[in-house]
Amino acid sequence: MKPATQIKRKRSVNTGILFLLPWLTGFVVFKLFPFLSSLFYSFTDFNLFQGITKYGLMNYHKIFTDSVTCRSLLTTIRFALTEVPLRLVAALLTACLLTKKLRCIKVFRVIYYIPSILGSSVAVSVLWKAFFRDDGAVNTLLSVFGIHNIAWLSNPAYTLYMICLMKVWQFGSSMVVFMAALKSVDTQLYDAARIDGASKIKCFSSITLPMISPAVFYNLVIQLCLAFQEFNSVYIITHGGPRQSTNLFSLLIYNNAFVSYDIGMASAMSWVIFIFTAFATLLTFKSQKYWVFYNDEENRR
Amino acid sequence: MKKKIRIFTVYLILILIAMIMLYPVLWMISATFKSNSDIFSDISLIPHKITLSGYKAVLRDYGGDINILKAMLNTFRYVVPKVIFTVISSLLTAYGLVRYNFKGRKIIIALLLSSLFLPETVLNIPKFVMFNNFGWVDSPSYLPMVVPSAFADETCFVFMMMQFMRGVPGELDEAAQLDGCSPLRILFSIILPAMKPCVVTCAVFQFIWSSNDYLSPLLYVNTPSRYPSSVFIKMFQDIENGFDWNQVMVISLVSVLPSIAIYAFTQKYFTDNITVIG
Repeated sequence: MKPATQIKRKRSVNTGILFLLPWLTGFVVFKLFPFLSSLFYSFTDFNLFQGITKYGLMNYHKIFTDSVTCRSLLTTIRFALTEVPLRLVAALLTACLLTKKLRCIKVFRVIYYIPSILGSSVAVSVLWKAFFRDDGAVNTLLSVFGIHNIAWLSNPAYTLYMICLMKVWQFGSSMVVFMAALKSVDTQLYDAARIDGASKIKCFSSITLPMISPAVFYNLVIQLCLAFQEFNSVYIITHGGPRQSTNLFSLLIYNNAFVSYDIGMASAMSWVIFIFTAFATLLTFKSQKYWVFYNDEENRR
Repeated sequence: MKKKIRIFTVYLILILIAMIMLYPVLWMISATFKSNSDIFSDISLIPHKITLSGYKAVLRDYGGDINILKAMLNTFRYVVPKVIFTVISSLLTAYGLVRYNFKGRKIIIALLLSSLFLPETVLNIPKFVMFNNFGWVDSPSYLPMVVPSAFADETCFVFMMMQFMRGVPGELDEAAQLDGCSPLRILFSIILPAMKPCVVTCAVFQFIWSSNDYLSPLLYVNTPSRYPSSVFIKMFQDIENGFDWNQVMVISLVSVLPSIAIYAFTQKYFTDNITVIG
């Protein structure tokens, strides 16, 4: 830190805490308290209108024995494991193209980000529903290539992939992170490799990928967290159907909490997905030492 | 010659991707000008028969007292306060953490970072119970959505402002302090001007995210006349039950226009800052 700032820091200690009071209050009221009470509710049969009558592990027991919840959990994992890698590959390849020094490249960057601006809005989900109808634009385009009548919205084999496609289409935010990382790669490395006669693909796999691995890691963690919580698209496009093929866990939580007001059950479910997310994040963090390369080793988290 | 072919190929791929990225959006725009019978039979982007019937139809009131324009106004009624509160509260928090040193500062930063990873799914249910107890559900001033933002609820904005403020030289506010400037004055007349790109980025993102947010209004707004556009579209689509797709497309398009416009006007500001929050 800069010396000038440090002198000042020592002087006015109390003012500093004063500036943090709003956030601290908010943290306790809107984060810590809900977090703990959710844990508490998960061990009860709390219903919004009937209150609590029983305590115990019954919610968790039901989650792991009930076929609907187990299936939903598997669907959510399948969704995350399909969507996140596809999205990262699309984002990385596009980012590589966009960091080339060409004329008008900025225009493309602006265009590629537009789907992400629309993001999780209801409008996009509604658009997707119209787009993937049996007589929708996608099927009409596919029929040009001789592929006919794919029932995107009603065949359980395809519905989850249709949702994945929408999230992959919105790869803009991951792309921007990759672009920043690609720009910071030292160009001398490429020059040296070229002199040694390395091919383009070799350059990419031996220089680019290791150098941007922190960005890959960051995107992976963030996108996994988000994928486990996906709600809007399935709620609006498919409502979990057909035959539960898109019944993501967050949809199940919503239905339990706000349709049947079974707060206890819903809280337990949200803790299950939280632990899953935390576990996936932890696993990614732990795996870092095998594949994430930090230029400055002190930065290793 | 070889180089020219390579550049040509790159542009070709770029344009191809741009078409994939834009086609659904363009399709939506063109669908708003098509008649219902044409929307699905005519996939070309230029409608062969332009009609404004969709636009005319959506202006009428639904269920007595809501149409898309009123719904958009409702959206602004909580999104605008939310943006203002978020910027101010995040700025204050970042200021306290970056420019001051005190006992427990590291712990607070650790808490702040860990709350970045706390999924909303876990918090939504107890927050609903809490706001329900407060009597805030269906409040006319959208309290459940607005109030938390006054307490820097979305930590990623605090984090982003912190990162940016670290890059603002401390010498200036040091000098101002010697001249007898109050800490708040330093923040608003010296640090804030230097942070303009960051503040704009935060405001734009909060605007777009809050306008896109569907779950909170779904939970906390029950009166149709107070529906924001996100809930209104879903309701409209359910009522129409897939018959008047051109009207559904019109309201969907209108609802995302503010976000697109704001993005178009401000994107030069945040090409660099966007990376922090992705």
